Amino acid sequence: MNKFTKGLGACMTAIIVASGAMAEPVDDTLVINEEIEIVTRTAAPAHLSDVMDEVMSGWLFRGEETRAMEMDDFDNPGMIFVEQAEDVWNTADGTEGKSCADCHGESTEMAGVRPVYPKYVEAAGEVRTMEMAINDCRENRMGAEEWKYVGNDMVNMTALLASVSRGMPVNVAIDGPAQSTWEQGKDIYYTRFGQLELSCSNCHEDNYGNMIRADHLSQGQINGFPTYRLKNTKLNAVQDRFKGCIRDTRAETFAPGSPEFVALELYVGSRGNGLSVEGPSVRN
Amino acid sequence: MKISIIALAASVGLSTSAYAADVAPTAVSYTDGAVEMSLTGTAGDPAAGAKVLGSRSLGNCVACHEVSALPDIAFQGMIGPSLDGAGDRWSEAELRGIVANAKMMFEGTIMPSFYKDTGYIRPGNAYTGKAADGALDPLLSAQQIEDVVAYLATLKD
Repeated sequence: MNKFTKGLGACMTAIIVASGAMAEPVDDTLVINEEIEIVTRTAAPAHLSDVMDEVMSGWLFRGEETRAMEMDDFDNPGMIFVEQAEDVWNTADGTEGKSCADCHGESTEMAGVRPVYPKYVEAAGEVRTMEMAINDCRENRMGAEEWKYVGNDMVNMTALLASVSRGMPVNVAIDGPAQSTWEQGKDIYYTRFGQLELSCSNCHEDNYGNMIRADHLSQGQINGFPTYRLKNTKLNAVQDRFKGCIRDTRAETFAPGSPEFVALELYVGSRGNGLSVEGPSVRN
Repeated sequence: MKISIIALAASVGLSTSAYAADVAPTAVSYTDGAVEMSLTGTAGDPAAGAKVLGSRSLGNCVACHEVSALPDIAFQGMIGPSLDGAGDRWSEAELRGIVANAKMMFEGTIMPSFYKDTGYIRPGNAYTGKAADGALDPLLSAQQIEDVVAYLATLKD
């Protein structure tokens, strides 16, 4: 290739990038605080083998500046809420006068909890999310009031619990007693809701990488939740995002904490098995 | 702003439903996905169709399709095929069928059905997330469908 054609090639590339016609996920690696290595793409779990080969974090679908914010805790606005939750972790609440730390120790002792949730809880006889587990602790161990499912206290605490598991692979169980709930979640994932008749899969399985108006469609992975969104400048709980997505199909949505969304969270979580826990992540 | 949009939508709804001659969404006759008969009997207006195609609050076709003839509309999507040359590739009847209910021609397509008012799962009240309040209007009126078809027919290579 001579100089002229090289120059022309570079020029053409610039034009293509500028026009937004190229919308592939970027080729980039995420290391947080120059220390925590995050798996942002890996082989798809076996249960997805007939629909995709590789699973990818939403981080790869965001712009350079947004990606950079997640590389350092001082630049990640979500970490402010992690600090707030750390204070709450160590503060007694409720009639028993206990804090989270009184039973669980340091918050870092909870490393490894986030990657396996939602999970079937034997004592409860049902699949539970972290939010449900936290409220169970508050009500039954601390004698404290339940937190609102997607309220600030709750989303902050889930951010703390995600943060101490960052870098660990998502490993949600889909078989055994969780299987029927997982199947329910899968049905919901593929159901075309609302007047626009859109399923999760229409956008996040069939069209990831494509632009829908100004939005770059990702695989809709949830390993990065809760997510600090630049759009609303706050931490967003995963089921709040589900609610927004289904609302945007012109459907009657489901409520955060509903059995339908618990099932959907289990199923979507399992689609990211093998990706690293990344919360609190930073997104558009 | 919101109120004026709602008022506009209401007035559009009222004015279109006033035409008793419109073919109702459930009465549209598809042959291999195409619809021969005009839904209104009134010729479509290409300029009005271009507006429907580009407006977020109306058809918003550009969310998924590129249209080179409308360069002022930013962020055209790439979910569906480019609409360039659609007037060469498809007959008017085929265009009408695709815009009204693309699933009749392309089974399982992601494309929403713009002239349909029943058969939804958990239909909502627009984008509120709440349940639909009674019967739904189709996403576009019969005349808006005709206008979009008229515009698409002008897109020749």
